[in-house]
Amino acid sequence: MNETALKELLYKIADDQLILGHRNSEWTGFGPLLEEDIAFSSMAQDKVGQSHALYQMLQTLGEKDPDTVAFMRNADQFHNCILVELPNGEYDFSLIRHFLYDTAEAIRFEMLSESSYQPLADISKKIRAELRYHTLHANTWVKQLGSATEESISRLQRSLDSAMPYALGMFEESPFEKDLISSKIFGGEQALKERWIKKIEAVISQTQLRLPDWKALQPVTGGRTGKHSEYLQPLLDEMSEVFKIDPTAEW
Amino acid sequence: MPTREQVYTWLEEVKDPEIPVLSLVDLGVITDVQIINNEVLIEMTPTFVGCPALDFMKQEIHETLNRHGIDRVTIDVTFRKAWNSDLITEKGKAALKKFGLAPPPSRELFTELDVLEHATCPRCNGTNTELRNTFGPTLCRSIHYCNTCREAFEQFKPL
Repeated sequence: MNETALKELLYKIADDQLILGHRNSEWTGFGPLLEEDIAFSSMAQDKVGQSHALYQMLQTLGEKDPDTVAFMRNADQFHNCILVELPNGEYDFSLIRHFLYDTAEAIRFEMLSESSYQPLADISKKIRAELRYHTLHANTWVKQLGSATEESISRLQRSLDSAMPYALGMFEESPFEKDLISSKIFGGEQALKERWIKKIEAVISQTQLRLPDWKALQPVTGGRTGKHSEYLQPLLDEMSEVFKIDPTAEW
Repeated sequence: MPTREQVYTWLEEVKDPEIPVLSLVDLGVITDVQIINNEVLIEMTPTFVGCPALDFMKQEIHETLNRHGIDRVTIDVTFRKAWNSDLITEKGKAALKKFGLAPPPSRELFTELDVLEHATCPRCNGTNTELRNTFGPTLCRSIHYCNTCREAFEQFKPL
């Protein structure tokens, strides 16, 4: 087994979950209605918890403890895709990002539940079941608001158009892609992307929203190699502010 | 040293901190108990990966077994035998219902959101109910409304 490849894979997934989990938590107290406030807060708790479990797995492979990994790295040491670090914007953008991201994440964990690295396969089966509630939530609201009023449709359409190049950045390939596929640790970003496009199309076709021409889109990449937008470092500063006051404190 | 059965009986005393009528054994999160070389080895698994009550549960297990004179306890948290809602025992489901929390339907049936749409009300046992939110006050609960009782209730989510 190629341990470097495995670690790179675990870091990018865990970082995606942590950063989007943090963004989701920013909706706590600000949701457009109480149910959505609770939904985004619950999804935040799921995602941060899932990232913690993956950081624990990294610790068994010789990496530092989860708190140090989560709170003491700078932006250029994070492997999340840029999509998850973008500010929440208005509800329509957060909903579209949630839909695009969680659809991919559900497929990713489904693929990983077949991983040759058994601890990853075990936890992926579990996470995949939890994510079902996230994708059901996203699909329900996208279908409803994507066919509701002129305003809801045009808002979702604008967010879909602006999020899509970033969404394609989720599938930025790792330098270890071939290793991961040949060692059956993970089926690869390309296979994931193909399945994702089908799922996205299946939901959007039930709405009045239009998908962009996939071929004309230029993916926004760089996140996987630590090249982030201006938005990640301020997020990390805020997330780690309390921890950094006294990193040795026992909580 | 106690027997495995004895340890299971003691673990019945440890309740889910968020649902104080349900023991960890009935919740289905204790996946194995072994006694090896005068040490009690407990394998457990969380209901949800992000469950914040896990550390608290571990501490409660230690304290409870200490009260029964068992000092050497190791708890291994693992996903080898991951939790699902069908692992809640019949006794556990009855306790949930009595507590006012609708027990989860079999996860085999949970293929579409519709399954959650008409949860059985734990008060009147009717199904003239509506799903209000698949997310609730804790990760494992959803929020429903009973049109007969005209009251909200929560259901333990199928997973």
